Amino acid sequence: MSVVAIPHTAVRTAPRNLGDRILRGVLRLAALVLVLLVAAIVVEMLCTALPAMHKFGWRFVVTSTWDPVAERFGALPFVYGTVVSSLLALLIAVPLGVGAAIYLAELAPAWIRPPLAFLVELVAAVPSVIYGLWGIFVLAPLLRTWVQPFLGATLGFLPLFQGPPYGVGMLAAGIILAIMVVPFITAVSREVLLAVPNTQREAALALGATRWETTRMAVLRYGRSGLVGAILLGLGRALGETMAVTMVIGNRPEVALSLFAPGYTMASVIANEFTEATSDLYLSALIEIGLLLFVVTVIVNALARLLVWSVGGPVKAIRE
Amino acid sequence: MADGILVKDLNAWFGDHHVLHDIGIAMAPKAVTALIGPSGCGKSTFIRCLNRMHEVVPGARVTGGVRVEGQDVYAPGVDPVQIRRKIGMVFQKPNPFPTMSVFDNVVVGLRLGGMRERAVLHEAAERALRQAALWDEVKDALGKSGVSLSGGQQQRLCIARALAVEPEVLLMDEPCSALDPIATAKIEELILELRSTLTIVIVTHNMQQAARVSEATGFFLLGELVEFGVTRQLFTNPRDKRTEDYITGRFG
Amino acid sequence: MTPAARRGINIVMSGVAALAAALVVLPLLVIFGFLLWQGASAVNVDFFLHLPKPVGEAGGGMANAIVGTLILVVLAAALGLPLGIFGGLYLAESRDRRLPWLARFVADVLNGVPSIVIGIFAYTVIVLPMKRFSALAGGFALAVIMLPIVVRTSEEMVRLVPSSMREAALALGIPEWKVLLRVVLPTARAGIITGVMVAIARVAGETAPLLFTAFGNRFWHQGLDQPIAALPLQIFAYAIAPYDDWHRQAWAGALTLIGLVFVVSLAARVVTSGRFTGVR
Repeated sequence: MSVVAIPHTAVRTAPRNLGDRILRGVLRLAALVLVLLVAAIVVEMLCTALPAMHKFGWRFVVTSTWDPVAERFGALPFVYGTVVSSLLALLIAVPLGVGAAIYLAELAPAWIRPPLAFLVELVAAVPSVIYGLWGIFVLAPLLRTWVQPFLGATLGFLPLFQGPPYGVGMLAAGIILAIMVVPFITAVSREVLLAVPNTQREAALALGATRWETTRMAVLRYGRSGLVGAILLGLGRALGETMAVTMVIGNRPEVALSLFAPGYTMASVIANEFTEATSDLYLSALIEIGLLLFVVTVIVNALARLLVWSVGGPVKAIRE
Repeated sequence: MADGILVKDLNAWFGDHHVLHDIGIAMAPKAVTALIGPSGCGKSTFIRCLNRMHEVVPGARVTGGVRVEGQDVYAPGVDPVQIRRKIGMVFQKPNPFPTMSVFDNVVVGLRLGGMRERAVLHEAAERALRQAALWDEVKDALGKSGVSLSGGQQQRLCIARALAVEPEVLLMDEPCSALDPIATAKIEELILELRSTLTIVIVTHNMQQAARVSEATGFFLLGELVEFGVTRQLFTNPRDKRTEDYITGRFG
Repeated sequence: MTPAARRGINIVMSGVAALAAALVVLPLLVIFGFLLWQGASAVNVDFFLHLPKPVGEAGGGMANAIVGTLILVVLAAALGLPLGIFGGLYLAESRDRRLPWLARFVADVLNGVPSIVIGIFAYTVIVLPMKRFSALAGGFALAVIMLPIVVRTSEEMVRLVPSSMREAALALGIPEWKVLLRVVLPTARAGIITGVMVAIARVAGETAPLLFTAFGNRFWHQGLDQPIAALPLQIFAYAIAPYDDWHRQAWAGALTLIGLVFVVSLAARVVTSGRFTGVR
């Protein structure tokens, strides 16, 4: 039997089936809507913030008068409060979060790891408003009657710990934020550490290193940039966190050095004043604060993800 | 005559990697053709070109002509879906659908083809499972998950799944490589029974298997079809030096 | 350093790390304890069945807020899930060049956007044109928040489906769209459901984006174009009010909310534990 003539054709792949084309279209549309949605967020906020940007320019972020009646808006106290409360939170949360991640990924006995990781997930799942509730009725009185008098008596020579102990204020906000972002830092750091190749560990262990020495020499060094990314993700959370902070920071638009003093954050002022913003300029000023918050968190998050990816490739979608 | 499988000037690529060079072959209808060769020789790629599964891989490309049971597989306007309905395929590792029962696995091709009548589906399932010599083992467990079966049973389930849509051709890509000797013997028995009704092409790296089940054998090396002929002749009296080296074990 | 000293450091550092882990989960136990202690006494039948009493009157409940939260979550799921699951399927399956990269990046960006900013967005695109706070605006805001979570987990779960499943289906002559919808998606189902539950647990407790979208309401649900009560909003309002009875109810509301969130989270865990047990 010989090979009979067969038409000779070159073939490229293309879905020709109608159903294939429809489904591809629908899926592509879904992705497109996602992209357009984020574009719409940017455009909408830019448009509504434009009047305030026009009127105040750069003075908006460097002046501290917030007077809705006279329509003079300077957001410095909010920027200051957001930055200080977030940094305070990181100061507490980073050692705890990274330490817990090291324990979970490297040092803990195998049987304890899954339940502990699940508990960390649950800490992250507690709604913000519940942390706020606990902050008002438990944390703030605790700070007022015990912690702040003690700090004032021992470290009162520092301007950070001066002034009357209100309970609510920057310190309370920093602590509650730390509690809220620490599970994030723990979870992402843990994934970064788990992404470190086992060959790194085995190399160190084979040299006779202890578990801790292995962690310090091989694992932490290898995962360093990813850990920075995890911390930045925590920072991104802290910057935008609203409810719990609003409930415990005291909501006073002032730049005060003391951690005992009440403060205000960008997210809190939006939460508190948005529905009361009667004039267009007032609303525009609040939305400009939202836009600032948006831009800063996007930058922080983008940076964080690049750093986390540098260790393990796109780590699993980080769950909120 | 147009029956059987005719291939002419077939070339295939993965991206820039040219994996099949000018393959021409004529495989007889209602017979078993075995394709042997060292791993990476292109034999699996070759059978994936026969039912247009090669192009499923991103960056993969084919040129040339293939005619299966009178149908020009790569003619313009031909829907690969229609081609694959006519040509069943069994893979190296058993791959039943884990979320489906034994029954659903067997009839999935019919059901997604639009068949709704339970009686027809039941009849087709029993027929296919009998053909695959699995009916007696699973007839009381049709509702159980397909992955609860043993490896050999899973592979026969996959064969039943392919047979249920009544293909004219069955392509088998190293169907026994993940199975133990007893399960392998059952599949081989099955192949011998099925060959009276189907055109079968089986890729194998096991020369004894090729010798046991096939009428004709092709030897692939480095993307070329080195030799193709009657099985007994190819194994006892190869024409090409490279074939001889391979079947006598003096080769890779 | 002597081997003994190195062993000692190893033990100390393990202890420090364990302490850090304990401190991370400690707040959970403390807060849950307080919720039980403070909330349990205020949770009663009235709380689940009655509307809030007018200011100054004791008693009443948060029934409307519980129903409101359920409505908002269902609305968010109805808006966000189809888009999210299809978007995830696209990211996992598409061979397009630029759009998948862009969509993945955008999903990650959206995931990091503070929820209050999403609230502003929902306000400008829904509340302003409708000239009214509404359940719809609240549900939309929550949908936007759950979208990136659903997209990314769906993508990941679809990617976990072995390519042998798709090939087996394609080789049966099943068109690709049916392969995706009837074989790939069902195989990834358990994982996707988990992602969906995680997203629901997250948005059920969201407060900030509801402040100026759903707004809150002292009465029962009055239509999707009207303001609607929500449990987190009610907790917030009662917590910062000066009445002891309201504080009590805030604790009870918080206990209810956290119960809801934990049950959904636990259910997600149970679904996952059975994931892909069938795939060899």
